[in-house]
Amino acid sequence: MGVTSILFWSLSALALISAIMVLATKNPVHSVLWLIVVFFAISGHYILLNAQFLAIVNLIVYAGAIMVLFLFVIMLMNLNTATEPKKNLWMKLAGIISGGSLFLILISVVRSSVDMSQKSALVKDGNIGLIDTLGKVLFNEYTIPFEISSILFLSAMVGAVVIGKKN
Amino acid sequence: MQALTQRSRAVDRKPLTLWERIYLPAVLKGMTITFGHMFKKRPTINYPEKTRPFSPVFRGLHVLNRDEEGRERCTACGLCAVACPAEAITMEAAERKNGEEGLYREEKYAARYEINMLRCIFCGLCEEACPKDAIYLSETFAPSNFARKGFIYGKDDLLIPNPKTQPEELAKARGEA
Amino acid sequence: MIRRDLNGMTLLAFDWIFLIEKLVLIAVIITASLVIAMYETYAERKVAAWMQDRRGPNRAGPFGLLQPLADGGKLFFKEEIIPNSANKWLFILGPSLAMLTAMMTCAVVPWGSSLHLFGRVIDLQVADINIGILYVFGVVSMGVYGIMIGGWASNNKFSLLAALRGASQVISYELAMGISLIALLMMTGSLSMKTIVEQQIANPHWWNIIYQPLGFLIFFTCAMAECNRAPFDLPEAESELNMGYHQEYSSMKLGFYLFAEYINMFISSAIMATLYFGGYDIPFVNEASLAPNTAAILGVLSLLTKIFIFIFVFMWIRWTLPRFRYDQLMDLGWKKLIPLALANMLITAVVILLKNH
Repeated sequence: MGVTSILFWSLSALALISAIMVLATKNPVHSVLWLIVVFFAISGHYILLNAQFLAIVNLIVYAGAIMVLFLFVIMLMNLNTATEPKKNLWMKLAGIISGGSLFLILISVVRSSVDMSQKSALVKDGNIGLIDTLGKVLFNEYTIPFEISSILFLSAMVGAVVIGKKN
Repeated sequence: MQALTQRSRAVDRKPLTLWERIYLPAVLKGMTITFGHMFKKRPTINYPEKTRPFSPVFRGLHVLNRDEEGRERCTACGLCAVACPAEAITMEAAERKNGEEGLYREEKYAARYEINMLRCIFCGLCEEACPKDAIYLSETFAPSNFARKGFIYGKDDLLIPNPKTQPEELAKARGEA
Repeated sequence: MIRRDLNGMTLLAFDWIFLIEKLVLIAVIITASLVIAMYETYAERKVAAWMQDRRGPNRAGPFGLLQPLADGGKLFFKEEIIPNSANKWLFILGPSLAMLTAMMTCAVVPWGSSLHLFGRVIDLQVADINIGILYVFGVVSMGVYGIMIGGWASNNKFSLLAALRGASQVISYELAMGISLIALLMMTGSLSMKTIVEQQIANPHWWNIIYQPLGFLIFFTCAMAECNRAPFDLPEAESELNMGYHQEYSSMKLGFYLFAEYINMFISSAIMATLYFGGYDIPFVNEASLAPNTAAILGVLSLLTKIFIFIFVFMWIRWTLPRFRYDQLMDLGWKKLIPLALANMLITAVVILLKNH
C-alpha cells in the first residue's frame, strides 16, 4: 500500500464521514461547516489525480464563495434547532422514496458504466485537470456548452438584480 | 443675523466633479500631509525624565511655613478655613505650653491641620487670607493615590522641613540642592 | 520533476534530505513572519505616533523595542473567557482558522532564488506549484471563515453583524482582485509565482508595475480590503460595532485575531512585491554576475525591503484616511473597481493580441 492509496482511503473516509455529519447534525451552521470539510476532501482527491487547477477552483468557488453565501443566509435567518419546522410523516416518507430512487439510479449508473471497471486513475501524471489542458478543451471542443452555461449564469444574475430592484 | 466670526461658510452640496470623484488626488494630498508630519518636531516632553517649568504664579500643593528659627507660623486663627470656598481646610487649635516656645511662634497653634486635596480647588484664597504668612501654595501637585484617605494631608505632610534641624531637606524641597 | 509535483505524491517518495530541507525552510519562514508580524504592531504604533506628532511606545527597552514582547506576554496572561452562550468548539476554531489561513499563504511565495549549500541546490520557496496564485486566492477565501465562525460562535449580535460585514466585504473585493490579476496573468502566461518573478528578472522585461499600473492600483486597494485594514476596517468598526467580530474574545484568542491581521498584511505585501515589483529582483543589478549564494541572500533582502515599504504604505494609508461608510465601500467595490478591472483586462487582452499578430 503506497502513500497514494493511504491518502486516497483517508480522504475518502473523511469525505464520507463529513458528508454523513452534514445530514446528521441538527444545527444548520454545523452542516455547512461539515460540507466545507467535504469540499476539502474532494479537492484532496483532485490533487491526487494531479488536477490541481480543479482542486483549487473547487475550493475557491464552492468552499470559498458559495458556502459563505449559505452561511450568510443561515446566520441572518437565525436558524437553529428550536426553530426547525416539524415535518409530518408524509413528508418524511416522500423524502425517503425520492432519496432512495436517486440512490438506486446512481448505483445503477456506476455499475453499468463500462469505462470505469478495470481502470486505475491517472495519479500524479495525468494532465486533464491542469489549467492549460482544461482551457484548450473548454474553448475548442466544448465551446458551445461553455458559452450556453455562461448565458445561464448571466440570466441568473439578471434575475437576481430584478428581484433585488423590485421596489 | 450677522455671523459672529468670518469662518462660517455655507456647506457646499454640489455633486462632485470627475476629478474629485477619482479620490486619488485627494488621497495623495492627505498622504503628503501625514508624511510631512512625520518630520515635525514633537511637542511631547518625556515626563518623568524632563519636566515642564511651572509658571511663577502656579498654585500647587500647600505648605505650612516655619519662621527662620524653625517655629511653626500658624496660629490656628481659622481665617484660611473661612476663606476656603471649597471648605477643604479643617483645624483644631491648642494652647502653647511652657517649654514649647521653640516649636510654635505664637501662643496658640494648630494641633491638627488638614487639607482635603480632593476638595481643594487650588484657588489660593487661603494664602491671601493668612495674616501670619503661614500657608503658601507650592509648585508641586498632588500625586495620585489609590485611596481617598491618602488625599487628606495632615500637618506632617504640609509642614516644611525645619531650617534649623534639617537644612539639607529644606534646600532639597526648595529645589536648591 | 520533484519540485513541480510537490502537491502530488513525489514529495512523499522518500527524498528525506529534501523533506528536512523543506521543513527547515518552513520553520524559518513561519518564525520570520511571526517576528515580523510582532514588530509590525510596534511599527504601526510608532508610525501612527509620528504621523500624529507623538512619540509612540518608548518605555519597554531601548526605543520601546520590547513593547511587542510585553504586549504578547500580557495577552498570554489575560483571563481566558468563553461566553456561556457561545458555541465552544467553533469559538476556538475561529481564531485558529484566522491564524492558519494567514500563515498558509507563505508557502507559495518565492522568498529568493536558490542557495547552494553542501552540494545541494536549495530553493527559497516552500512549494513552486503551478497554480501558485490560485492557491493564494483559495487560502484567502478560506480566511473569511475565521471571521464568520468567530463572529457567529460568540452569540453576540454585534459580532455577527461585523462578521457578516467582513465576509461580504472580502467576497466583494475578491472579485475585483481576481479580475485585475487576470490582466497580469494574461501577460505572464503562468500562474506560478516563481515563473512570474523570473520573467521580471529577465533582462528586456521590466517589472510588471510598468505594464499594469491600473491593475496594481486595483490589486492594492483590494488587498487592503482583504486584510480588513483601515480605511476598509468595517468589520472591526469600534464606533458602531463595539469591537467587531472579536468582541467576545479575550486573552490569546483575541491576540490571534489581531496577529492574523498583521500576518495578512505581511503576506499581501509579499505577494504584491512578487507580482508587480519583481519579487527578489535587485533593481539595477544583474544577478547573474554575482555568486549564486550572494545573489540569493541579496535577493531575499531586496524582497524584504520591498515588503517593508509596502507595510509602511499600508500604515501610512491607515493613519491618513477615515473609514468608509458601508454603502460607500460596496459602491467602490462593485461599481468602480470591478468595471475598472474589467476595462483593464480588456485593454490588456487587446494589446496582447495586437502584439502577437
